[in-house]
Amino acid sequence: MKTAVIVFPGSNCDRDMAVALEQVTGRAPAMVWHRETELPGGVDFIALPGGFSYGDYLRSGAMAARSPILRAVSDAAGRGVPVLGVCNGFQVLTEAQLLPGALMRNAGLNFVCRSVALTVENSQSLFTASYDAGETIHIPVAHHDGNYFADAGTLDRIEGEGRVAFRYADAVNGSARDIAGVLNDAGNVLGMMPHPERAIDRAHGGTDGLRLFEAALGVLA
Amino acid sequence: MKVNVYVTLKPGVLDPQGKAIHHALEGLGFGGVADVRAGRFIELDVADDTSDAELDAMCAKLLANMVIENYRIERP
Repeated sequence: MKTAVIVFPGSNCDRDMAVALEQVTGRAPAMVWHRETELPGGVDFIALPGGFSYGDYLRSGAMAARSPILRAVSDAAGRGVPVLGVCNGFQVLTEAQLLPGALMRNAGLNFVCRSVALTVENSQSLFTASYDAGETIHIPVAHHDGNYFADAGTLDRIEGEGRVAFRYADAVNGSARDIAGVLNDAGNVLGMMPHPERAIDRAHGGTDGLRLFEAALGVLA
Repeated sequence: MKVNVYVTLKPGVLDPQGKAIHHALEGLGFGGVADVRAGRFIELDVADDTSDAELDAMCAKLLANMVIENYRIERP
């Protein structure tokens, strides 16, 4: 299993993501700088990490979504390669229009940094197959711009298509319908504000995030 | 040529920053404010022959996020 982590100027969870991928696959991921125009050959999982790419200039994720490597990521996503965007990575995926909606400033204007309870809404996707539908899991969030917005028609459509992967069990940031994670229409791109890579070791306080990587990377426990 | 671009949140999109500014204005004793919406102003210095279509493309592709924002271009 060959994995890659895309690194932007201002990414700060790229190392945590690499640790998670290596822990699950036994192999260190390729760290791919945003200026690259191609992914390493044969990559079968791509992660866009959290952080503050380009200092959140213009809008969170806006500049990163227009960086050269995103064209390659978009092509790979179109071929069905799994792409996981966490936090800033989720913002980048919406800005790149690989996922619907947008992530706005938290409703309370506060940076929210704590473990939150999530409800698994879709347990059929390649990322969530290790969870039970309706299961409550605990994963940390750390963000300022996690307030998911999409128009009502889009929300109805993605809900109807089972593309809401996770929902906050309690309101966290003002997100429409408490949406915490969204899948693309093909189901191979997942964006989520909570950080599964920060819940892969008992010392983290929980391992609910590990199961996402185990499912997505084909090493179901 | 200097071109002014105003990026504003679409009607109906909640604006937490506008709300906070509104609240702060009230805290300063300015009671007559019904609502506040915060946006972004971008000044472009472009070639004189830049077309409206090019400016529109700049706004739609980068300067505004069309999911949540509208833009208005003001040419000299």
